[in-house]
Amino acid sequence: MALRRLLQGSVLPRMMGRGAAAPFSTASGETVRATLFPGDGIGPEIAESVKQVFNVAGVPIEWEEHYVGTEVDPRTESFLTWESLESVRRNKVGLKGPMATPIGKGHRSLNLTLRKELGLYANVRPCNSLPGYKTRYDDVNLVTIRENTEGEYSGLEHQVVRGVVESLKIITRQASLRVAEYAFHYAKANGRERVSAIHKANIMRKTDGLFLKCCREVAEKYPEIAYEEVIIDNCCMTLVKNPGLFDVLVMPNLYGDIISDLCAGLIGGLGLTPSCNIGEGGICLAEAVHGSAPDIAGKNLANPTALLLSAVMMLRHLQFNNQADRIHNAILQTISEGKFRTADLGGKASTSDFTKAVCDYI
Amino acid sequence: MARRSTPLLRRLLSPSPSPSPSPSNPLAAAAVSRRTVTYMPRPGDGAPRAITLIPGDGIGPLVTGAVRQVMEAMHAPVYFETYEVRGDMPTVPAEVIESIRRNKVCLKGGLATPVGGGVSSLNVQLRKELDLYASLVNCFNLPGLPTRHDNVDIVVIRENTEGEYSGLEHEVVPGVVESLKVITKFCSERIAKYAFEYAYLNNRKKVTAVHKANIMKLADGLFLESCREVATKYPGIQYNEIIVDNCCMQLVAKPEQFDVMVTPNLYGNLVANTAAGIAGGTGVMPGGNVGQDHAVFEQGASAGNVGNDKVVAQKKANPVALLLSSAMMLRHLQFPSFADRLETAVKRVIAEGKYRTKDLGGSSTTQEVTDAVIAHLD
Repeated sequence: MALRRLLQGSVLPRMMGRGAAAPFSTASGETVRATLFPGDGIGPEIAESVKQVFNVAGVPIEWEEHYVGTEVDPRTESFLTWESLESVRRNKVGLKGPMATPIGKGHRSLNLTLRKELGLYANVRPCNSLPGYKTRYDDVNLVTIRENTEGEYSGLEHQVVRGVVESLKIITRQASLRVAEYAFHYAKANGRERVSAIHKANIMRKTDGLFLKCCREVAEKYPEIAYEEVIIDNCCMTLVKNPGLFDVLVMPNLYGDIISDLCAGLIGGLGLTPSCNIGEGGICLAEAVHGSAPDIAGKNLANPTALLLSAVMMLRHLQFNNQADRIHNAILQTISEGKFRTADLGGKASTSDFTKAVCDYI
Repeated sequence: MARRSTPLLRRLLSPSPSPSPSPSNPLAAAAVSRRTVTYMPRPGDGAPRAITLIPGDGIGPLVTGAVRQVMEAMHAPVYFETYEVRGDMPTVPAEVIESIRRNKVCLKGGLATPVGGGVSSLNVQLRKELDLYASLVNCFNLPGLPTRHDNVDIVVIRENTEGEYSGLEHEVVPGVVESLKVITKFCSERIAKYAFEYAYLNNRKKVTAVHKANIMKLADGLFLESCREVATKYPGIQYNEIIVDNCCMQLVAKPEQFDVMVTPNLYGNLVANTAAGIAGGTGVMPGGNVGQDHAVFEQGASAGNVGNDKVVAQKKANPVALLLSSAMMLRHLQFPSFADRLETAVKRVIAEGKYRTKDLGGSSTTQEVTDAVIAHLD
């Protein structure tokens, strides 16, 4: 059964990314290997937090740690080695901390490398207001799903003549169908009721029009999930006025970038937002989207919430729902109680204090 | 008697520091709205000006009707040449363009753009035809209207003719579509110049350029280059740059850090709608489009400018945005005291809170709000 699922995952591309049919055996006693990129700056400390919390919760995961190298690996054209990428491909699941972008030429950016090599096509960010951490918005409970490979970020630009530049935005049926499929599958698997496609098809009629067409096609296959289309400017306005109206949002690359950061702002910033990238072959790479904060690195001051919540997303993908729920509740309780809060949330606790509090609640 | 009342009169007639007039004291309110040094017109400035009026679709006729009523009540020196334009027409009729070229100023409601195929947006066509290259949206907290964010006073200046809205799309092979985003030095430079000139003329302290040049290095890089060049010519105005996703996050977290924002076309759309949303909604924010020779005033941010069927049927559209835009228009036409009266009346109605449409949390109809504004006119 597990073998058939494994084969399904790799042979039928359209079945990839369906977390419910992920090729993992959740039979008790079997450890899962997962790749861990602690990253730079505060990365190693918060990764330590995650490992601690997972130990206390009894999560059967064995970590393979990989670090960003100091030399460019010619096989990947970046500071990430071939072995690191192979590890993620093999394990199909990973957790990534913040990575500082090395400056210079002759190599690809780290995020670009991961995205291209692992075929990460969808970026998923659930944005939920944290109870007890007051922001201007209390009722945010939405998920943004962003197409991550094409659109405006294809990087295809050129100068036509002096002073005139063209940049290509590319939308393909294949990529749009893929992300729409994942969005509806995610909605169904997580009990969500509505998927909204965000677009500007009144102006960009062919490109966003194609994206919408693909979303509609997929929507027909999921009649139990409500589907609507919202123009991007309307969406922005409604998000800042009444974010509780949205459920799952699916969008092309550029809008997704902006909207997902906007939603992160609604709940308190990138330091509290989990994120997960879905790749070809059912790969799930959860990551913390905040920076590496070199100024507080090594001082036990960092807030591990984003990485912890991303790790919870990873657990849910692996279907370790029991442990995921327990850890998630522990985090929410710790934050809502307010006794142990790191500096960025206005408190004075250290990373280890916060981690211990979370462990105590599990 | 005269001696005792002089200090009282002096206090009432001196300009009060707070911008919001207190509705309970009409004399103080009137004193606040009156300027101290008078506006001296040229002979003949009071002759009525012709303004092209395009009611538009959806809630357009309702809200432009409101503007007409208020203008009549004020006896403002304007008269309207009305033209019917619907969003599903193939192009804007030539006579309308002719009229705007003649009158130089136009007031319009929203034109609905069919989604995903068919006609290209008439709003965009109008802007390109008349080369209205700057779109301006003024987002500010209205006194008496509670929002989640305070201290918002942002003006978004958006390039209006090129960028992602070039309309150049084609299907490469079936299932693969390309859209061209075009950025030129010419357009970037002139929008940057407009933004800095606007800041200079309106005593604004900071201009922020919004971009995504870390990804779109050439296109947005060219835009930024133009902004930086113009910034050097205005050393008194602070200039900084912010990436668009960070910008949206900062807008919902700390909007008070922004003053004037200059953006290319698409980001401007998003930023303007976000800023309008945090300051009270697109139903109240004024705005306009301006070019070298013409100006078209309409509801500031584009979301909801046509409304939906329910709002149209119940006649509950919010006329505040278009009323404030028409105040902008009166100032543009150099009728400052009419502009002040209109703005003051609208602000009083909002501050009072009795007549508010649904988007502001009330249940009044457009007509009720209009009547209230007319009642509050000095």
